[in-house]
Amino acid sequence: MATIHARKFITADPEKCVGCGVCEYICAFEKEKAFNPLKSRIRVVRLDSVINLAVACRLCEDAPCVAACPRDALTQSEETGIILVDEDKCNGCGWCIEACDYGAITLHPDSKTVIICDLCDGEPKCVEWCPEEALDFVSKDILAQKARITVVKKLFQEAIKSLS
Amino acid sequence: MFGYAGRILRIDLSSGAVKTEPLREEVAKKYIGGIGLGIRLLLDNSEAGVDPLSPENPLILTTGPFSGTIAPTGGNGHAFVSKSPLTGGVGEAKSHGFFGSEMKRAGYDAIIFENKAEKPIYIWIDDDNVQFMDAKHLWGKSPQETETLIKEELGDYYIRVAAIGLAGEKLSRIACIINDRTRAAGRTGMGTVMGSKNLKAIAIRGTKDVKVAHPEEFLEFVKMLHERMKGPATTKYRTLGTPLNVLVHNALGALPTRNFTNATFEGAEKVSGEYLNERFVVRIVGCSSCAMRCEHIAVVPEGPYKGTTVRVEYEPLWAFGPNCGVDRMDAILKAMELCNYYGLDSLSAGNIVGFAMDCYEHGILTEKDTGGLKLNFGNAEAMVKLVHMMARREGLGDVLAEGVRRAAEKIGRGAEKFANHIKGLEMTGYDIRGLKTAAVGYAVSFRGADHNRHGAYGLDLKGTVDRFKFEKGRSKLVIEIEDLYTIIDSLIICKFSRGTYYEGFEDLAKYYTLVTGISMTAEELRLAGERINNLGRLFNIREGFTRKDDHLPPKVMSTPIPDDTVSKGSYITQEELDFMLDDYYAARGWTREGIPTLEKLRELGLEDLAYIVEGKLKESSGKEVN
Repeated sequence: MATIHARKFITADPEKCVGCGVCEYICAFEKEKAFNPLKSRIRVVRLDSVINLAVACRLCEDAPCVAACPRDALTQSEETGIILVDEDKCNGCGWCIEACDYGAITLHPDSKTVIICDLCDGEPKCVEWCPEEALDFVSKDILAQKARITVVKKLFQEAIKSLS
Repeated sequence: MFGYAGRILRIDLSSGAVKTEPLREEVAKKYIGGIGLGIRLLLDNSEAGVDPLSPENPLILTTGPFSGTIAPTGGNGHAFVSKSPLTGGVGEAKSHGFFGSEMKRAGYDAIIFENKAEKPIYIWIDDDNVQFMDAKHLWGKSPQETETLIKEELGDYYIRVAAIGLAGEKLSRIACIINDRTRAAGRTGMGTVMGSKNLKAIAIRGTKDVKVAHPEEFLEFVKMLHERMKGPATTKYRTLGTPLNVLVHNALGALPTRNFTNATFEGAEKVSGEYLNERFVVRIVGCSSCAMRCEHIAVVPEGPYKGTTVRVEYEPLWAFGPNCGVDRMDAILKAMELCNYYGLDSLSAGNIVGFAMDCYEHGILTEKDTGGLKLNFGNAEAMVKLVHMMARREGLGDVLAEGVRRAAEKIGRGAEKFANHIKGLEMTGYDIRGLKTAAVGYAVSFRGADHNRHGAYGLDLKGTVDRFKFEKGRSKLVIEIEDLYTIIDSLIICKFSRGTYYEGFEDLAKYYTLVTGISMTAEELRLAGERINNLGRLFNIREGFTRKDDHLPPKVMSTPIPDDTVSKGSYITQEELDFMLDDYYAARGWTREGIPTLEKLRELGLEDLAYIVEGKLKESSGKEVN
C-alpha cells in the first residue's frame, strides 16, 4: 500500500503559522471567487495569541467521514485520497462533520452541502500563498523523514558545527 | 458596490431603534472610509459644543474599502471616531486584528451608536440581525474576559468582540477599546465615550462575501505586495519590531526620558528591543490577511510579575520605561498588560505616571497625596501600583484618570509645567525638542500629540533635513506625509506597511480602484487626503479651537536638552513655534489664524461646511484691517 503513504495533503507547521488567515482568503477565492473564510476548505484556529494553526483534510486511511455518511455522498479517491462530495446526495446532515476529528469538513453557508479540501488538482493555492511558508503539501512518509532529520540535527548540533 | 458593503448601520442605544442607510458612492470616494468617513459622519451627526460624555455625542465605528479582502494589512482594520473627552476635538483611534473584517462581512462600512443605553448592555450584530444584550454580568470584567464570556454564551468561537474594561466603565478619560484580546483602539478616550453610553462591548459575526471589482488584477497586486513585504521595507517590524527605536532614539538624543527631563536614558540597553527579543518575546503573530506579521508577544519568565503576557510595541514600552525612568522590563510589561486588562490607553497611562513622578520629585505631590507611594523616577513597583489605582480611580488615581491636562489643573501648584500634552492628549515617544520637522506635525495634529498623524520624525531621524533648524517651506514636507497618512488611516491599511507602496499615492489609487471599481487618480487620492485633514481641522474649529491650540508640551518649550549628546541644548521657543505655524498654515492655504479659506473649501468640495469658518474669517480679516 505504498501509494497510500505517498498521498500528499496540506499540513501546517505550528512553529511557523502566525494565524493570518491568508490561506482561508485565497482558498475561498479559488473555489468561490469571493473573499469569505466561511467558504474556505482550510480553517485557522488561534488560541490565546501564541497558538495558531491552519487545519485542512488529512486524507485519513479508511476515512471515517466516508463511513459516517448515511447517504453515500462521500467517496475517497483511490488515486489522490481526497474526499469527493456528491452535492446531489449531500443534504447537509453533518454526520461527516461530527466524524472528522480535525474539523476539516465544513458546511457551505449558501449551498448547505459540505466542503472539503480537494488539493486544487495537485497545486494547492494556500501553499503557494502562505506568506510564512508554514503550509506544506506533503506525504506522511516525507513528514516522518523531515521530522527525523530535524531531530537528528538537534541531537548532533555540535558535531554538525565541527563538520562545516 | 465592490469593496464597500454599501451600508451604514445606525443604532439608537436609548430607543432601541436600528436602521440601515446606504453609503453613497460619491461619499465613499470623497471620504474613502476609516477616519475620513468617520469624521464626516461625526460632523453630520453632532451639534457644535456637544459634551463628549453626553448621550448626544455619537460613537462612530468604521471599516475601510479593503476590509474583509485579502489585501495585506488592509483587510483587517477598523476605526472609532467621536468627539474626544480628552481634547474636546476630533477623537479617533484605529485598531487591527480580526474585528474589522468580520464587521465588513456582516455588511457594514460604518456603525453609528447614538444616545445612551439605560443600563449596561452589549450589542450583538449577527449579519443583518442586531440585538441588545444584557451586560450586567460583564460589568467590571476585562475586555479579554468579556470576549471569552460572550463567545461562550453566544456559542460561536468565530465571533469577534471589541470591548471596554473597568477604565471605560469608570469614565477614565484615557480609556481605550480592545479587540481580539491584545489590540487597542487606544488614543483620545474612545473607550470613555463607549463607557458613557453604557455600552460594554460590540460582538460581530459576518458571513457575507466581500467582492472586489477586478479580482485577477487585484490578486496580482496583492502578490506583488506580499513580495515587497518580504523585503527591506518591513524588516524592522518582522525582526525586533518597533522597540528597535529605543537604542536608535537614545543614540540620537531623541529618547524622552523622565517625563522629558532628559533625551537619553542610561538604562536604555535594558529596555531595548534587542534585550526584549532575546529574553521575553515568545512568538510573533499576525493580523487577519497580513503578510508581514509584527505582533511580538512577550512573556515574563520569572520574578514577581512571572507569567505576564502582552503584545509589545515601542510607544507603551517607552511610556512606562524611559519616560518613567524605569529600566525593569518585567515591570514595564506588567504595566502594559494591566492597561490591556483595564482598558487603558497604555501610552497616555505611562505619560501620566511619568508626570506624577515628576510632580513628586518636585514636591508638588507628596506621600500624603500618593497614599504612601514613593513616586520617584525609576520606582518600578510604584508605577505598577499607580496603574491599578488609575484604572480603579482609587486615591490619587482618581485625579490622574482624568488625563494629564485635567489632572494638572486639579493638582495645581504649578503641576501644569510637567503636563506634557498637546490639546489635552498625552505625548508620544519622540523628543521633538531636537526633531523640529516633527514638532510642527505634532503642534497642528487634529487629534493632539501624535507621531502617527504625520510621521515627520522620519525626515529628522534619517537626516533628510537639519533637524535642529526650521526654515521657510519645510512644512510642505510635513503636509505631503500628513495627507498620505490620512489616506492610510482612511483606507485603513497598517502604517507598518507604508514602505511597501513604492509609488505612494500612485500605488494606493490603483489599489483602491482594483478593489472598488471606482476610478481614482493619484492626484484625486492626494486631494482626498488634504480634504480629510481639512475636515479634522474644521471639526476642531467648530468646537472652538484656535491657533493657540496648536501648541507644544511645556517641557519642549522650557527645558533645553541637558544631556551630553548630539541634541544638547535643543528646544523650541515660542518665536520658533510661531514661525513654524505661519509656514504651515500658509502651505495649507489657511489664514494666519489657521482657518481654511472659502477658496480652499471650494477646492476640496467642502463648501457645505463653509458655515463653520465664515464668522471666523470675517473676525480675522477685521483684525488685519485694524
